[in-house]
Amino acid sequence: MSAHELKSGPLEYRTQEGQMSILGFWIFLAAEIVLFSTLFATYAVLFGRTADAPAPGELFEIETVLIMTFLLLISSFTCGIAVHNMRKGAVKAFITWMVITLLLGLGFLGFEIYEFVHYAHEGATLQSAAYWSAFFTLAGTHGLHVTLGIGWATMILIQVAKRGFTPMTSRKGFIISLYWHFLDVVWIFIFTSVYLIGMVV
Amino acid sequence: MKHKQQHWRRWLALLPLSLVFLLSGCSELTVLDPKGPVGQSQKDLIVFSLWFMLGIVVVVFALFTFMVIKYRNRPGRDDKDYDPDLHGNTAIEIVWTVIPLIIVIILSVPTVTTLFDLEKPPEGSQDKEPLVIYATSADWKWFFSYPEQGIETVNYLHIPTDRAIEFRLSSADSMAALWIPRLGGQKYNMAGMENTLYLEADEPGVYDGRNSNFNGEGFTEQTFKVHAESENAFKEWVEKTKKEAPKLTQKKYNELLDPGLSKKLTFSNTHLAWVDHGTNQDRDYAIELHRDAYQELLHLDNERKDDKEHE
Amino acid sequence: MKLDEFFVTGEPLIYAGMVSIVLVSSAVIFLLTYFKRWGWLWREWLTTVDHKKIGIMYILSALAMLFRGGMDALMMRVQLAFPDMNFLNAQHYDEIFTTHGTVMIIFMAMPFLIGLMNIIVPLQIGARDFAFPFVNALSFWSFFFGAMLFNISFVIGGSPDAGWTSYTPLAGAAMSPGPGQNFYLMGLQLSGIGTLATGINLMVTILKMRAPGMKMFQMPIFTWSTLVTCFIIVFAFPILTVALALMTIDRIFGAQFFTLTGEGLPMMWANLFWMWGHPEVYIVILPAFGIFSEVIATFARKRLFGYNAMVWSMILIAGLSFLVWVHHFFTMGAGAFVNSVFSVSTMLIAVPTGVKIFNWLATLYKSKIEFTTPMMWALAFIPSFVIGGVTGVMLGMAAADYQFHNSYFLIAHFHYVLIAGTVFACFAGLEYWYPKMFGHKLNERFGKLSFWLFVIGFHVTFFPQYFVGLDGMPRRVFTIIPEWMPLNVISTVGAFGMGLGFAVFCYNIYYSYRNSKREETGDSWNGRTLEWATPTPVPFYNFATVPHVDKYDAFLAMKEKGETTYDEDKLEPIHMPSYTGKPIIMMAILAFASFALVFEWITLAVIGLIGTLIMMVIRSFDYDEGYHVEVEEIKRIERKARRL
Repeated sequence: MSAHELKSGPLEYRTQEGQMSILGFWIFLAAEIVLFSTLFATYAVLFGRTADAPAPGELFEIETVLIMTFLLLISSFTCGIAVHNMRKGAVKAFITWMVITLLLGLGFLGFEIYEFVHYAHEGATLQSAAYWSAFFTLAGTHGLHVTLGIGWATMILIQVAKRGFTPMTSRKGFIISLYWHFLDVVWIFIFTSVYLIGMVV
Repeated sequence: MKHKQQHWRRWLALLPLSLVFLLSGCSELTVLDPKGPVGQSQKDLIVFSLWFMLGIVVVVFALFTFMVIKYRNRPGRDDKDYDPDLHGNTAIEIVWTVIPLIIVIILSVPTVTTLFDLEKPPEGSQDKEPLVIYATSADWKWFFSYPEQGIETVNYLHIPTDRAIEFRLSSADSMAALWIPRLGGQKYNMAGMENTLYLEADEPGVYDGRNSNFNGEGFTEQTFKVHAESENAFKEWVEKTKKEAPKLTQKKYNELLDPGLSKKLTFSNTHLAWVDHGTNQDRDYAIELHRDAYQELLHLDNERKDDKEHE
Repeated sequence: MKLDEFFVTGEPLIYAGMVSIVLVSSAVIFLLTYFKRWGWLWREWLTTVDHKKIGIMYILSALAMLFRGGMDALMMRVQLAFPDMNFLNAQHYDEIFTTHGTVMIIFMAMPFLIGLMNIIVPLQIGARDFAFPFVNALSFWSFFFGAMLFNISFVIGGSPDAGWTSYTPLAGAAMSPGPGQNFYLMGLQLSGIGTLATGINLMVTILKMRAPGMKMFQMPIFTWSTLVTCFIIVFAFPILTVALALMTIDRIFGAQFFTLTGEGLPMMWANLFWMWGHPEVYIVILPAFGIFSEVIATFARKRLFGYNAMVWSMILIAGLSFLVWVHHFFTMGAGAFVNSVFSVSTMLIAVPTGVKIFNWLATLYKSKIEFTTPMMWALAFIPSFVIGGVTGVMLGMAAADYQFHNSYFLIAHFHYVLIAGTVFACFAGLEYWYPKMFGHKLNERFGKLSFWLFVIGFHVTFFPQYFVGLDGMPRRVFTIIPEWMPLNVISTVGAFGMGLGFAVFCYNIYYSYRNSKREETGDSWNGRTLEWATPTPVPFYNFATVPHVDKYDAFLAMKEKGETTYDEDKLEPIHMPSYTGKPIIMMAILAFASFALVFEWITLAVIGLIGTLIMMVIRSFDYDEGYHVEVEEIKRIERKARRL
């Protein structure tokens, strides 16, 4: 098995279909980068335009956001381990590590929902001012991506459990891992440019 | 059949020539017949660029006509001047990259200098302080406030000649653009911010002004007349207005902000006393007042529009 | 919501529209039932993943949209030539220019070109289909339903009326309440998904599925233009997605992005819109450049001059297209410095564009020009486009633009580039590749007639508009002063000339279907690129054997060597994807959700979105790996097609 892999590389790259899907997904991620960049730009332009609503510095809590960041960072790491196991052909280990990844993702979402509800209680909602519209849209779009990612990954886990690793399932597993890492990177930017700067300014 | 087409191509070559003839008639076109230094500088820039553009058009059209006629596949044409594998020539490709680049540079210089000049009052009248007029657009009318004179007009404007006018542009609601083509180019009126536009008339007369940026149903009718007159005549008009015109109350002003058309009105004070739509805190003044009124249709058509004149 | 609010009432023209929609739909339903064609329609077209059929559906839809946008244009021209007739009132006129602009750019120009790319690009690079045929079908249906959603607005709910640019705050909830503007947002959003997916799809196709041996710089120029266009799509469309989403959130969920309340920034919409909108202009012009290059090289019977320069100038234009968006609102008051920078970057685009013009002229040098109809379109393009181009440079000079902005000078300019560029290219491309698509050429006599009517009509319509613009006539006014009448009447006459040209073109399709000689070889025009190496009609798998390519103008080289794409010794079973109804169903459900969102029926919209997600889950569990076409079958098909 391993000799075969050496000769023709990872399973997901062996068929032309697999290669094309992965390339296509990279291009899709490029489009996603543009999408998030636009949201970041919008956020930057509307920064400080809070009208009568509270300023972000009054509401942001470093503890919650740090926990969220760690949850997502660790999930990216466990996702990496999962793919490592996929390369080894270990179906069970892959599924286990992916489930851990998704649970961490769910934890992240839980905190984010708590955070949003908390802000709404304090009078900062999507409707209250331009700044908060931009904030909720940027963070919310990321949260929506995480939610979709969890749903999507669940589908793939079921397929891997049923079929084991074929060029098709391992391609899907690899792509969801790319997606997950991408969401992590986006979060790093949200963490620094939204929360850290928002707390300081 | 083929021959006829060639004939047509030849006529195409006459197009730039006709352009020259048209241009000579163009001196009557509003933008090319400005009545003030700002419009004049823009006209000069346009005409300057037009010569280069005509040059390019003539060169391309000439080359085009030559190629199409000379190299058409006519019966009995031999292969003497047919070179199907000709695929490039670095020297000539560099030439036709560099020449446009030079033209762009030549055009950039006056563009940039004019741009910076337009940010200041026109040079000829710098000895006099510019006259400040707040031009506020509200669906679909114009308010002109003269803070120094303490008067306000709706849908018409009086200005002195040979003195720069400093328009402070803003809008009570939708985005508009103040454009008086005879005097010079436009700028946007937006709520919550203020733009400055310098214009000047050096000939007395009545000029058309309008909102040129589409802002809804009454857009077509958001026009006004500019009465440019000598400094003395202007002063007389100010004095007369101050004496005879009624006061504008905030209640009356709020009614006027209601979306719709308005006739010409004159007041002996300005609305700036209670609201300046160009500032951030007054940006939603009109929206808060009239939110529901924006969905009602005017049912404006050609018959309806004449009402504005008659009112 | 009451029924009389749901349907648009009170306009005779719209009642006529409703009646004609009902009549045409019932006629279609009747004919399909009478001839028992429902099954055929579903099996052969609605469920297809074949890039050629999808391309044809794109082009048919685009032609329908050209008709709709053209009718809008003619109505505007009638109103402006006879303002006293009260043909349209202000509100109706606003709706018509809004839909005219949106339909022409989003639902006509782009799908038409994407349709041609669909059919031609895989053939030009020796591929058997797209990289992702399923996604390709998905893209088409997203465009189709997006276009339908936008188009029903004029009978249901009311058309958008804030201009195709939909500047806020005018287009916001406060000043444009009701479903009209939502139709614009959801229609564009829905079809935007498909455009982005097509961009990715074609990019992967071109990068990964070229015939063995074909290097990037041996690709046909139309394929190159497609690749560059796809780059622009991938980097520009997400901006539109975000802009539309933000305005949707503003309008439906009460956010404050572009509002005057809550410290929103209306001008941010203009920025976002044009950050997509300017690249969009190049999305519709670069493929046109590609088509003209192919057509000119073919009928000049000469190799394209300066191929490398052509490619690099397109790449340069694509890059610059992202750096000029401010020139759409120089008059916003951004200051002299900002305007200077964007002025210069705008004018710089003229340099690579000029290089292309000269390269086309040089291609004609020492050539043998054959005046076929596609070539006529391509030749008419050069001088017409130059007029549009030089006036574009004039508009790029910000200080002068203060006088041109929002005037008919601008209208004349962008119609000169978009019609002489994109529309001429659509006609040229369609007529050029028509035999490849339908197995027969279009009639030359009617073709030339429609060409002359359209081209002369075009110049008569738009050339006077430069002058009426300089005379101070602003765009988007529904009535005019007497000074502008003569030139406007001339414009209207020209517009009807163009309409007549289009009518002749449509008649030509019917006439040629009945009368044209059927193609016997695949090489209708003595072509140079690989699409002409396939037999006509093209077998569904395109190439029985994929040729090895080592030269630019691959088919020319093959002809010299006597090679074909049918080498019996090298035949192998061909893997093809199966047809599937999932794309149309998925997009129909998403269209339902969008429709619900237009009327702000949130529950229904959520149900629709859940339905879409369920379709995606079903797709995820779909392991249909297609099927193989056996060698015997290929032999049978090829022998018949090649009349062996």
